[in-house]
Amino acid sequence: MTPTSQHDPSGGGQATAPVVSLREVVAVLGRFPALAGASLDVAAGEILLLQGPNGAGKTTLLRVCAGLIPVARGEARVLGHDLRTDRAAVRRFVGLLGHHNGLYGDLSVRDNVGFWGRTAGASDTEIAAAMSQLGLDGRLSTVPVSRLSAGQRRRTALACLLARRSQLWLLDEPHAGLDADGRDLLDGVIRQAVRSGATVIVASHELERAEALATRTVTVAGGVVLAGGSGMVA
Amino acid sequence: MWRTARLVASKDLLIEWRSRQVTNQVLPFAGLTLVLFAFALDRDDITARVAPGLFWLATTFSLIVLVQRTFAVETSDGALDTLRVAGVDPAGIYLGKSLALAVQLLVLEVLLVIGVVVFYASNIRPAGIVLVVTAGLLATCGLAFVGTLYGGLAAGAKGRETLLPLLLLPVVAPVLIGATRAFEAAFGTRGGNGIRAGVEIADGWPWVGMLAVFAAVFGTAGVLAFGPLLEEA
Repeated sequence: MTPTSQHDPSGGGQATAPVVSLREVVAVLGRFPALAGASLDVAAGEILLLQGPNGAGKTTLLRVCAGLIPVARGEARVLGHDLRTDRAAVRRFVGLLGHHNGLYGDLSVRDNVGFWGRTAGASDTEIAAAMSQLGLDGRLSTVPVSRLSAGQRRRTALACLLARRSQLWLLDEPHAGLDADGRDLLDGVIRQAVRSGATVIVASHELERAEALATRTVTVAGGVVLAGGSGMVA
Repeated sequence: MWRTARLVASKDLLIEWRSRQVTNQVLPFAGLTLVLFAFALDRDDITARVAPGLFWLATTFSLIVLVQRTFAVETSDGALDTLRVAGVDPAGIYLGKSLALAVQLLVLEVLLVIGVVVFYASNIRPAGIVLVVTAGLLATCGLAFVGTLYGGLAAGAKGRETLLPLLLLPVVAPVLIGATRAFEAAFGTRGGNGIRAGVEIADGWPWVGMLAVFAAVFGTAGVLAFGPLLEEA
């Protein structure tokens, strides 16, 4: 499969302002330029797959979009907010699932989802619905996270993300650690989130599954988006 | 900010309740510190006289363990990153973590006071109880504010386990001194070879004022600085 567009979610009609708009973005980790002039547009309702080799800059790209890594040069807007001047404003609307799950091992599934949901103002009903959607209700909800399997922890982290009702989901290797049922469940949750108005960017090495999920695929290498980033070859 | 503080404090205290870290590790550590000091000094008249200082030393050492624990739960699975991405108010995080830390310290201090009375044969003068409670509360707030601030500073650093005591201990010295002087006045134990014997309870109150200023300064500094600190963590 080519790393260019598979499907245009706007149906080819008049495009609205992109959810993510990066222009020649440079981001530096220590003294190393982890992004070296990346350009990318992501439209509302897309499920964008970032593919590329290890160290290509996929994770950095996601963390820049999340406002975790500052933009050293270039222009970057997420959900209309300028990442160079207003990273804090972006964060309220962004959910990041990175290599770590961001969970508290001594707390139960319910405690974790409840805490992360309430920080975003979610109601008890929304928190319960998020757990139910990930199959974490019932007896499992009271089990401390430290006693769960890797896949169950990943599902708990996704439930936290779901409870936060983020508008932009940034998922870094979301299928890692999940069994076949868990992967199907995750894909269903992502599609449901998009139907509810979210936009999703996924970085993954599991291309077959991720490409089946994605509406567009771009390739990242050497800290730049090689192809498909803005609907044109860079 | 206050809503976030309440959420974070509840979460931290729930983690402590589930893990029993204070009960199973910090409290025995603080108790052992008191016992070892008693063995090392080995004279009732000396231990009774230095009891307030040893009490606050044991509390300060325990603070380091508690602060490391409170930030370890945030960094072990990337929760600190998630807190940052989630746009949770940093001032609320700071106040919540400080509050949870203060509650744990207070529980520890109540049990340590009993330990001091038992191991060091110290007695609080009845008229000094208000001074002990006031100085204890303010010193605890100061320690919790400083501990959370420096815990946040060290959270993302390499070698944070050894860096934290190096950063924290010099800064908490005023609390150690002020709280010890106030407790000495309340216990009536201050004095070297009788030179300062007969210290009045009233002598402890100026130190309480100093503890209040310390807590206010670091509380305010923490609310203002914790956001930028989290960005660097």
